[in-house]
Amino acid sequence: MTGYWFAVALCIFVALLVFSLLRTQRIREKYAAIWVVLALAVVLLGVFPNLAAAASRLVGVQTPINLVFAIAAAVLFAVCVQLSSELSRSEEHQRKLAERMALLELEVRDLREADREPRGARDQTDATA
Amino acid sequence: MKQIAIVICNYNYERFLAEAIDSALVQDYPGTRVIVIDDGSTDSTAAHARGAGAKVLGLPFNLGVGGAMRAGYLYARERGYAWAVQIDADGQHDPTNVLTLMAVMRDTEADVVIGARFAGVGDYQAHGPRRWAMRLLAVILSRVAGTRLTDVTSGFKLSNERAIRLFSVEYPAEYLGDTVESLVIGARAGLRIRQVGIRMRPRAGGRPSHNPVKAAVFLLRSMLALFVALTRPSATGRGGRS
Repeated sequence: MTGYWFAVALCIFVALLVFSLLRTQRIREKYAAIWVVLALAVVLLGVFPNLAAAASRLVGVQTPINLVFAIAAAVLFAVCVQLSSELSRSEEHQRKLAERMALLELEVRDLREADREPRGARDQTDATA
Repeated sequence: MKQIAIVICNYNYERFLAEAIDSALVQDYPGTRVIVIDDGSTDSTAAHARGAGAKVLGLPFNLGVGGAMRAGYLYARERGYAWAVQIDADGQHDPTNVLTLMAVMRDTEADVVIGARFAGVGDYQAHGPRRWAMRLLAVILSRVAGTRLTDVTSGFKLSNERAIRLFSVEYPAEYLGDTVESLVIGARAGLRIRQVGIRMRPRAGGRPSHNPVKAAVFLLRSMLALFVALTRPSATGRGGRS
């Protein structure tokens, strides 16, 4: 097997992996999109290595592989930023849920206590419910 | 009758909680209720607080002071409290000062009144880099708030209904979010902020840190927090959204 076919096989494997993760819903589409694009690009570059050479001539990069590395770094950076921002959003959601849960728990407790006490003692539970 | 909610945020600090709650409850103002936010404590904070006569809001996990305080403001808003007072759990803030804060709020028509440690009353002192950082923060925030503030990292403050409404939605869980950043948010949303000097009680528990490295880290982190707070899009008008 030549290096060429090995590279192509590897690229196809990566692409299939991403697709299968997406199919089994282990990654949501909004995260998978960038990986799918990346996988396709990798396959394309694997099958037609001349593309990288042509592209690097176009933007004026001397060694094609450096262009590939630079793009790879940029893509990974984008993925990290996206994950950080999604994680922050998710933490904010968690925080809201935690607050809501605490409020509801207290409300249940108050209602139970009010239920146990005779009527009339109820007013002292809180300001205006 | 209009009521005051005294909100104490507590994380594994049950020791002096009962004391703090007691002194908050013996106030002259009749409509006072103490709400303890149990910020995911693993000790028996909740039981102690309930035993001492406080309402307990139990968060399922630790959110940090800023994160926990928003739950307190949310509670105050939903239950229709007219004022909310935020105090620290370590017993440094004397709840009897609440009346002083109330008086200042009435006289100055402020929305938020800070109980300040470095305003000529009492003998609280900070030293070295921590002191510089606090000074610098105070100078910058004074400009933002359009009034002279000397202690912007104070965890003791009184909010009226308008401020409660804003803080129940916008109260950052970030570092210093409960002090510096929330003041910036308030000032930029058009809240009137004032301060009054108060005497601190000696710490009932815990010791103030005098480690210069920690102080330097405090300086850097507080500057970053302030920078982020000042460059955030303004929260004007968002306070009323529910």
